Amino acid sequence: MSSLQTRQGSLKIVDAARVAARGALFVTEARLRAMVKWLWLIISIAIANPVLYLISIGLGLGSYIDQNTGAMGVDGVSYLTFLAPALLATAAIQGAMDESVYPTLEGFKWNKTFFSMNATPLSGNQIAMGVFYNSLIRTIFTAVLYWLVMLTFGVLDSPRAWFAIFTAIMAGAAFGALMQALAGFLENENVFFTIVERFIIMPLFLFSGTFYPLTNMPIFLQWIGWISPLWHATELGRWLTYGSEISTPMLFLHFIFLNSILIIGLIASRRIFTKRLGK
Amino acid sequence: MSKSLIHARGLTKKFGDFTAVNGIDFDVIKGESFGLLGPNGAGKSTAMRMIGATSQRTSGDLTILDKDPDKFGPQIRAHLGVVPQQDNLDTQLSVVENLYIYGRYFGLSRKFLKGKIEELLSFAQLEEKRNAKVESLSGGMKRRLTIARALVSEPEILMLDEPTTGLDPQARHILWDRLFRLKEDGVTLLITTHFMDEAEQLCDRLVVMDKGAIMAEGSPAQLIKDYSMKEVLELRFGSERNAHMADDLRQLCDRIEELPDRILMYTEDGEELLERVYKKGFHPKTSLVRRSSLEDVFLRLTGRTLID
Ligand SMILES: Nc1ncnc2c1ncn2[C@@H]1O[C@H](COP(=O)(O)OP(=O)(O)OP(=O)(O)O)[C@@H](O)[C@H]1O
Ligand SMILES: [Mg+2]
Repeated sequence: MSSLQTRQGSLKIVDAARVAARGALFVTEARLRAMVKWLWLIISIAIANPVLYLISIGLGLGSYIDQNTGAMGVDGVSYLTFLAPALLATAAIQGAMDESVYPTLEGFKWNKTFFSMNATPLSGNQIAMGVFYNSLIRTIFTAVLYWLVMLTFGVLDSPRAWFAIFTAIMAGAAFGALMQALAGFLENENVFFTIVERFIIMPLFLFSGTFYPLTNMPIFLQWIGWISPLWHATELGRWLTYGSEISTPMLFLHFIFLNSILIIGLIASRRIFTKRLGK
Repeated sequence: MSKSLIHARGLTKKFGDFTAVNGIDFDVIKGESFGLLGPNGAGKSTAMRMIGATSQRTSGDLTILDKDPDKFGPQIRAHLGVVPQQDNLDTQLSVVENLYIYGRYFGLSRKFLKGKIEELLSFAQLEEKRNAKVESLSGGMKRRLTIARALVSEPEILMLDEPTTGLDPQARHILWDRLFRLKEDGVTLLITTHFMDEAEQLCDRLVVMDKGAIMAEGSPAQLIKDYSMKEVLELRFGSERNAHMADDLRQLCDRIEELPDRILMYTEDGEELLERVYKKGFHPKTSLVRRSSLEDVFLRLTGRTLID
């Protein structure tokens, strides 16, 4: 270890106010650097995912359904048009989960990087927000790529189809924020993977009116869709992309629900991060 | 600004019912090198985390740079350099990236960091590993990187929790030398260790901690003077006979400590005592006369050795 050059000292060179204002972005910058190392994988997932879905479900199941439903289609449109907003939102949610759950487990437990961040002027709130912004970037990236693949497959017949990108991002953001809070809260990551993934996340995907309208589901199961950001985002997306029939109060409800989940998720993340770091 | 950069009174930390730090009092003055010495579980790291303005205290007064960490955590941390006991580097990133992002957390500009990183790479002797992923570094290299990282913001107070764990003797001595120089530059050092030689080498003043409490405070020399005698005679009779011999030897000196593998006899003149031991007809397998150290202070205060 050799000597260091002239020292100015932190009192001169560190500006705590600057960190107070922009700290979350510094966290995002670091997370992005880590994420970029997996870029090839992220791109592969983002492309392979829609390609596989479109081939198997879209073309296989879709043409079968379209043949059997005749000119009326599902909800008055072709099955793929009906499915597109849901698939997009599902992919966005998965992208958001990857970028919020894993970094949170890593930061608190596997590498304890959050503790090293918190030894700097960064606060728990900023660390939580920085991780969230990064997962938002991943969400947007995933949704846009997915949409481009659908475009390439020529399955988007509505001129407004691209609106579904926004509802997908809303779903991803809301779900990601909530899962970030949960991953920070559960000190044992096995609980997350065994219980949360299997008994909370999977049912939400299966019972969110993804593959058929939620109203086709027995009434005693419909509540699962109601609490699922995926269903709300899908409903909004269907309305935006092909004008599915939906009442104005319901539109507001979907919108408010998604934003409430987002806000609750963020507030919870910030509290949980701050509390756990301050132990 | 008052003279003490760190001021603690009745500082306490509880985890549930368990008290990890139990009402400790101390002051660290600007420019000095202050040590927390104690065995595993003494509460050193817990105290460090409270002083590092990350872990919230349960009770007591604490100010760092004249500020209360409960209210001004970020403002305090802006001037601390923290080397935690366990390296918490970002293993997915490279050596250079780790230094870079850490500097960014302090709001430092890219331009400043560019030069600073080169300096720190050479400080940590990691120039050749600059683009290696942290995952691929050896334990000692990670440790050196963690120490270099703490210096990126040129902190006023450098806090090192067991800094030399995992370093080879050479890297250890180079680090000591480097810490001396930082001290000459006016940096205040706060160090925890359970290495006696490290505490004696590095600390102007230290507290001996055990079970969350401070047992004694002073300079290494003063502590040795107060709690031990000048020299120690270490005798080994073989593990079976040590206990038996201790009783017979007790009459020859003021104080005697019996350890599983050896007997320690405290005296002002070790050679003279050894002569008397032989004269009385005792024949130890090995004998050694040495100066008293902090290890002996600790043994005296707690009845236990530091590293068992
Ligand atoms: N987060 C925690 N929750 C519960 N107990 C804790 C926590 N952190 C520390 N402790 C307990 O507090 C006591 C002091 O721990 P600490 O890590 O401060 O010791 P230490 O002096 O640094 O020891 P070592 O030399 O092994 O590093 C230990 O008994 C430990 O089990
Ligand atoms: Mg410790």
